[in-house]
Amino acid sequence: MTAPGRAAAGQAAAGMLTGPDGGGPGAARVTRSRRTTLWAALGALVVVVILGYLPYLVLSGTTDFLVNVFVLMTMASMWNLLAGYAGLVSVGQQAFVGLGGYLVLILSNHAVEPFLALPVAVAGCAVVGLPVWWLVSRLRTGYFAIATWVIASIFELIVVRFPSLGGGTGANLSGFENLDPTLLTAYTYWAALAVVVLVVLFVYLILRSRLGLVLTAMRDDEVGARSSGARVPRTQGFVFVVAAAGCGAAGAIIIISQLSIEPTAAFSVQYSAEMIFATIIGGIGTIEGPILGTIIFFALQKSLAQYGTWYFIVLGLVAMAVALWAPRGIWGLISERFGIRLFPVGYHLWPAGEQRPRGRAALRRRSSGTAPAGPAEASRGPGDGPGPPPG
Amino acid sequence: MTGGPVTGGGALLEVRDLTVHHGQLRALHQVSLAVAPGEVYAMIGANGAGKSTLLRSIAGLHMPTSGSILLEGQDLVRLRPEKRVAAGIVMVPEGRRLFPSLTVEENLQVGASYARPGPWRIEGVYDLFPWMRDRRGQLAGQLSGGEQQSVAIGRALVANPRVLLLDELSLGLAPAVVRRIYQTLPELLASGLTVLLVEQDVSQALRIASHIHCLLEGQTTLQGPPGDLTAEEIEGAYFGLAGVNGPGGGREAPA
Amino acid sequence: MSWVNAIIQGILIGGLYALFACGLSLMFGVMKVINLAHGDLAVVAAYTALGVITITHVPAVWSFILVVPIFAVLGYVVQRTLIQAALDRSVLTTLLVTFGLSVVIENALLQFASADSHSLDIGPLVSDSIQIGSQISIAWLLLVIFVVAVVVLLGLQYFLSSSRQGRLIRAVADDQEAAQLSGADYRHVFGIAGAIAFGTVALAGLAFGMYSSFDPTIGTDQLLLFAFEAVVIGGLGSLWGTLVGGILLGVVQQIGAQIGPSNQILAGQLVFLLILVIRPQGLTARRSTA
Repeated sequence: MTAPGRAAAGQAAAGMLTGPDGGGPGAARVTRSRRTTLWAALGALVVVVILGYLPYLVLSGTTDFLVNVFVLMTMASMWNLLAGYAGLVSVGQQAFVGLGGYLVLILSNHAVEPFLALPVAVAGCAVVGLPVWWLVSRLRTGYFAIATWVIASIFELIVVRFPSLGGGTGANLSGFENLDPTLLTAYTYWAALAVVVLVVLFVYLILRSRLGLVLTAMRDDEVGARSSGARVPRTQGFVFVVAAAGCGAAGAIIIISQLSIEPTAAFSVQYSAEMIFATIIGGIGTIEGPILGTIIFFALQKSLAQYGTWYFIVLGLVAMAVALWAPRGIWGLISERFGIRLFPVGYHLWPAGEQRPRGRAALRRRSSGTAPAGPAEASRGPGDGPGPPPG
Repeated sequence: MTGGPVTGGGALLEVRDLTVHHGQLRALHQVSLAVAPGEVYAMIGANGAGKSTLLRSIAGLHMPTSGSILLEGQDLVRLRPEKRVAAGIVMVPEGRRLFPSLTVEENLQVGASYARPGPWRIEGVYDLFPWMRDRRGQLAGQLSGGEQQSVAIGRALVANPRVLLLDELSLGLAPAVVRRIYQTLPELLASGLTVLLVEQDVSQALRIASHIHCLLEGQTTLQGPPGDLTAEEIEGAYFGLAGVNGPGGGREAPA
Repeated sequence: MSWVNAIIQGILIGGLYALFACGLSLMFGVMKVINLAHGDLAVVAAYTALGVITITHVPAVWSFILVVPIFAVLGYVVQRTLIQAALDRSVLTTLLVTFGLSVVIENALLQFASADSHSLDIGPLVSDSIQIGSQISIAWLLLVIFVVAVVVLLGLQYFLSSSRQGRLIRAVADDQEAAQLSGADYRHVFGIAGAIAFGTVALAGLAFGMYSSFDPTIGTDQLLLFAFEAVVIGGLGSLWGTLVGGILLGVVQQIGAQIGPSNQILAGQLVFLLILVIRPQGLTARRSTA
């Protein structure tokens, strides 16, 4: 299906293309999406609507569980944007998760209703993200990672010194005393659902835009992206601030759902571990990856719950194995095998007379000498190391 | 003597039908050559012709897609680059690639770390390049381009190679400096070395080589001793001018 | 405690921090790997020593002789297998794999050893101190640790600058491919660097375990961050930089503790931030390397 605005651009581009047998110009088409993505979009809409109705259908235990799922999905999507696209491997996003929670606490202590405090907390995290980015932006990968960890530690050490925030023992969230508990659970759930839907939608729109082109170029080859003129540092800064805001939103939801906050837990590196593992296992560098990874994460958690810390050990080992042997993650394996993309951010080329599209970059990761059989995106993921040597 | 490669007995280093890819890009296509002991075998060709790729493949830094590289009849394809040094193939890489935080002498010492038995010692390198003896304690990163080139050659020599691979010696150096460096070549050959080199400067190559091999876009367009080749033939092979030579695969027999 | 005492304490502890940091610095300098599990390895060493002592009842100081060489060998093996496999993929993969390793180690320790704090009991030695004048009291153990740390760093420096293997390590760190062309198997050289890193961090972990107490999460809560801060403050590129960085961190922490006991770690973090802002290459490095 060709979106109207794109058709014109597509035709213009296609004017320069000829079909495989040298057919006339204008014979090929370039589209943004295919039939499967249309189905996927409809499917996603249905899922969201169903999820929206859930509080009327199930017990609060389920919605509470789903809140945790949505929170992780949010954080994983943000980490994926940071590390998978912008090349910023942060191990310190918990700084903003905790900050989001504490901002909600501060505002609610000043008689602001927590749900109203949520967007303010998100904005606050974005604002704080700016000087933090300035501090860490000059560092290279490994040092960047630990520096973000140090920053999170610093946030914790600062927060602990404020008795009004509960100091070392933490504090309870006020502002919900007059609210019926069932209603609170529902509102919390809807807030979490809204956050994750908005975040995923936002990520999708970013990646579909001009900026997304830059990000995908950076994902595949940062040096190449720079030399093509892409504003890499500025883009990275933008992504960092967005990720700060997104993780802040997650932190705000957490404090609202738990009704209390405690510094060690709020700024725990555990959050980083969870979002990293979920993204890696699901598939870094794709929009679907973090979503799938979150689902796998909780499935694992459910099945290993009775084994206590074992579940984290297994999770860590699985993440390491995936990083080493299946760097595109589970979604990467699925996507390559069946050639599906649920979120259309690429371009599909339909040469003259063909019903099946050719992918944006006809390159395949392993040179096979045969033409790709289905849509192939620019095919190298972020975990693939340097590209072929220069000429 | 025909322009084709010498095969079978007599060749120290032999390359047969070598095809090398960089990802999807084909850098070398069915290239064959044979270097006899004591030869100075020069690869010429425009930028991107595949000369450095050939040398790097012989040194073991690239895995060929097909074809073989033989040292005294033994196929090297299994050997990692460091093992090829032990076998006697040592490369002076393009751009010198000295260890900048090590001194001149330390660079030579590293080169000698896995040396084969043979005539070359660090002292011998100082005899070859007398200025180096006084500067042996200086950090390699502080030397000029020509000085670095000499140290790089010295670093390769002390490993006592049988075949010395020189990749673009003249790159970034003044012609006078380049000439002076090439003047040391006879001394290297006298010690029993065989040299396979890549050279951008065709006239320089013609001056020192016993055999010329021209590549264009990864394929052989011309080869033979310099005396057998005319300037027009070389020019044609270098730039790929149609009608001067046969399409790829070596020079045709003169009409 | 007087200020002079605090500063001396800081200097001595700084030696230990430098010992923690040198392995991290070496691994990064040679193979561009930041081992996020670095701190946890020290904790594992301490727990291993605890286990050995509990089972065999040898005096705690003997644990050095057993545990450090084991960890050095372990370092070689882990480097050649796990970390090399990750390196072959990309830098991102090494970060992820070492992060995963860190999480696995901590949770395994929590699973098998509980969350309680432990300490390596070396008997009366831990409380002995030297009195200089009326103000200065130096813990005997801390002094010994400082001397050991400096000796090890000196030895390491000598090894790197004067031995054949050390030269190869520096060459590989400068230019891996050129080193290959000189006959060096860089994977083996990486392995040696890994062995040194694991060995020194194990030594540091044992020393820490004797002087202070440890628990499963302290590896990432404190040790990794301290090691990293020491490297950044001092500057990458030389062991002297690491020593300077460690000492400065130690001193800043002790001064912070003098101002108020809860300021100790924060003081170190803030100085680290300051260095990041005004001189990111560290105090001793000549060119920008961070």
